Amino acid sequence: MEELIQHLTPILKEIWGYIFPNEIELHWGILIVLYPYLTGLVAGAFILASLVKVFNVKELQPTYRLAMLTAMSFLIVAPLPLLAHLGHPEKAYEILITPNSASAMAMFGFVYAWYLMAVLCLEIWFEYRRDIILWSQKETGIKKWIHKIVSLFSKDISEKAIHFDKKWVKIITIIGIPSAFLLHGYVGFIFGSVKANPWWSSVLMPIVFLFSAIVSGIAMVLVLYMIITPIRGKQLDILCLDKLASYLFYVMIIDFSLEALDFVQRVYESEESIKILAYLVSNKLFISLVVIQLFMGMLIPLTMIALIKIFKSPPDLKKMVYFISAILVQVGIFSTRWNIVIGGQLFSKSFRGLTVYKITFFGLEGFFSAVVIFCLPFIILYILTKILPPWEEVRNP
Amino acid sequence: MENNISQTDKKVERRSFLKKLAILALAPIAFGFLGSTDKLKTIKKWMLENGYVPNNHKWGMGIDINKCIGCGRCAVACKNENNVPQEPFFFRTWVERYRIYEDGDIQVDSPNGSIDGFENWRTNKKMLRSFFVPKICNHCENPPCVQVCPVGATFKGEDGVVLVDSDYCVGCRYCIQACPYGARFLHPETHTAEKCTFCYHRIVQDKLPACVEVCPTQARVFGELNKKASPLVRFLRMNKIGVLKPSLNTEPKVYYANLDMEVK
Amino acid sequence: MKKFLQKIPEQVKRLSILLVVVVIVFIIATSLLTPKDFGLIGHFRASSVQNNANKKMQYAGQETCSDCHEDMWKTKNAGYHKNLSCEVCHGPSLNHVNEPDQFKPVKPKGRTFCPVCHEYNPSRPTGFPQIVTASHNPRKICITCHNPHNPTPPQTPKDCSACHAEISNAKSVSSHMDIPCTKCHKTSAKHRLSPREFLPTKPTQREFCGQCHSKEAKSDESIPRINMTTHEPRYVCWQCHYPHLPEAQ
Repeated sequence: MEELIQHLTPILKEIWGYIFPNEIELHWGILIVLYPYLTGLVAGAFILASLVKVFNVKELQPTYRLAMLTAMSFLIVAPLPLLAHLGHPEKAYEILITPNSASAMAMFGFVYAWYLMAVLCLEIWFEYRRDIILWSQKETGIKKWIHKIVSLFSKDISEKAIHFDKKWVKIITIIGIPSAFLLHGYVGFIFGSVKANPWWSSVLMPIVFLFSAIVSGIAMVLVLYMIITPIRGKQLDILCLDKLASYLFYVMIIDFSLEALDFVQRVYESEESIKILAYLVSNKLFISLVVIQLFMGMLIPLTMIALIKIFKSPPDLKKMVYFISAILVQVGIFSTRWNIVIGGQLFSKSFRGLTVYKITFFGLEGFFSAVVIFCLPFIILYILTKILPPWEEVRNP
Repeated sequence: MENNISQTDKKVERRSFLKKLAILALAPIAFGFLGSTDKLKTIKKWMLENGYVPNNHKWGMGIDINKCIGCGRCAVACKNENNVPQEPFFFRTWVERYRIYEDGDIQVDSPNGSIDGFENWRTNKKMLRSFFVPKICNHCENPPCVQVCPVGATFKGEDGVVLVDSDYCVGCRYCIQACPYGARFLHPETHTAEKCTFCYHRIVQDKLPACVEVCPTQARVFGELNKKASPLVRFLRMNKIGVLKPSLNTEPKVYYANLDMEVK
Repeated sequence: MKKFLQKIPEQVKRLSILLVVVVIVFIIATSLLTPKDFGLIGHFRASSVQNNANKKMQYAGQETCSDCHEDMWKTKNAGYHKNLSCEVCHGPSLNHVNEPDQFKPVKPKGRTFCPVCHEYNPSRPTGFPQIVTASHNPRKICITCHNPHNPTPPQTPKDCSACHAEISNAKSVSSHMDIPCTKCHKTSAKHRLSPREFLPTKPTQREFCGQCHSKEAKSDESIPRINMTTHEPRYVCWQCHYPHLPEAQ
């Protein structure tokens, strides 16, 4: 309590205009910024993976398994920031046993469980089953047992069984696409349905979340593929990279149009809140929204990729541009989440004032905790690639 | 005439007796089906330990802006009565001052929620109008905070009062985000959501909420909404009434008389 | 049946077992963890209503005070503070009700408490008694002159400005500064004792101002004149001109 008071007291002096006294404490901090960012990466990576299976985009085959494992490792970590920000993490199970059907947030547990178990785990299991069985036959010791348990001790690798697996991977992917839409569109709905907050309340919110999620997911797989492949001493598949960059480009165009539409609609309707929102954007959010999200995260990568596509360029230049663009996109999308979550709490619901967000460094809800949570998926991904190697060359013929 | 009445009375008595008998006969069977824990659900009328029946009440509050003198006694009493932390970041009720100047400038403030009083510095600008507005949880008929609570830790009771179950609250703060009136906060010690309860522990004992008890000018009126003889119904009859943010369709049960358009 | 079971691929069987285990664990955990009183009267724990009702009170309520302090209560209820609850000034006192000797309610003294309500503030409703502490008997403690349980002024105020400070301030810098209040407002002596019951009069007609400001008036030459018949005949003067500060726009 002492700490909180010490944290809040200097904020009193930085308030502009009038805000309700209970609004001085800003409730959803960096962890809640991280949460939609992480789930966005999950949904995006999965959609990318499904391009291979459902739409038969052959060029992306090298990234298929990597994308699935990326989605998996980010999904495992996604609930952690939520859990850490709760006042009582030990009571979190209540959301599963007495979910309030009217609450947008209550469905989280079920949407998450559905996506984790019915979609990701199943698809990975069917996809890897044959390989796992073959691996476990050759291996010894602990690895053998891990693979045996993961395969649920199944042994059937007859032609018929493999065919069955393939069919089901496709079916699950088809179910998975709307599920991924649900997972992240749903996160958008948690914000978009808060009618008290004009910055959040928008029907477009779930769709904007979704497309920015796909953008970030594709960019993340691109970055991971470009980092991991050279480390493994392998050659980057330039066709695959081109395709990834193209998809990134198209989805970014859609994302940009949606955000522009949202902006135009707000300005044109000019509701009661427009004055304070305009002030918010031109002051507190100028750097993070206009400079980072719009220019760095959107316009610069778009132009760079477009230029590369128009003027035939050497592969090395291409690779560099793709890599830089993907990194910029990551920063931009994180900034998007920041602007939505933090931005939505910087102005008062009296529409008469702005407050500030002062990040704390220590404690469960602090900056360092966010850094740890952000690093976790990469560690999990590393472990997953050891158990279920996604590389082409270890696949059994 | 009198005879007639007593006859019908007897009829009613007999009927209600038969009803009771039927209930007595059927109850064990019904409970066998429903399980004994559903007892309360079947007998909709249930009581608190002191005999208070929530079903029989519907509470609301009236606030007359023309009467408020901005003394902040309500905010002080609320903090005393409900163990609200004294720091200026946690309020179940507070008072705002509006100063609207002739040049169109509008100043709103609520230093320490009105507890420290309102400083009276002079400006050269000419005042058009000025007034105080007490704010409190609106105990909405359609409470957005209850709608969003993921676990059912905040709810609208049968008497219309929106309460928090602080033993069950997980502290996700979605309700704080969903409240359009800034009436909720997170208690810094229990880490659970907090809000005005109309002093529930007082009203079940026939006492007034603390803020109403101490208001020196009767700017706050508390009472029943569905009883004709209540002071609140009289308040609603005698004044032109407004509520805060009506466009959000929350249907507040805190009614303001002489509400100004600048109050949000 | 057996044939049908054999037809199910091996993978599906294994997954089904896992699924069944997960579902059973979930159902058992749900039934064990859900509070027994949840959902009885709505989507919440029914006992939480009782918990909210069980909180400890601090304020006793003024009816309780009257049980012991009847004389004081009667005095208060006859005076201007009749609407005030005892605990506005004396603080939360339920402890005092339960253990009268151990807990004593506060008694505000000095010059800081009364001005919480009575200090002049332009945002306060007009007619509410307000003073400017800096000029109102400096250094004197409020209760030496005013009995808080029956706060009539010790002497009836001599000047109108004692209560109507804002109007008096405005008038004192205006060109109407030399006109006494009673020229326009007939005020009975009783107004000083019961201000709300005996209200002063107010001018009702244009001709009242016309006594000085019409073209035909026999007043000082420096006073601005108008033609009463052509100058906005549909309005009364004070709809546009503030009589206490006629220079104001």
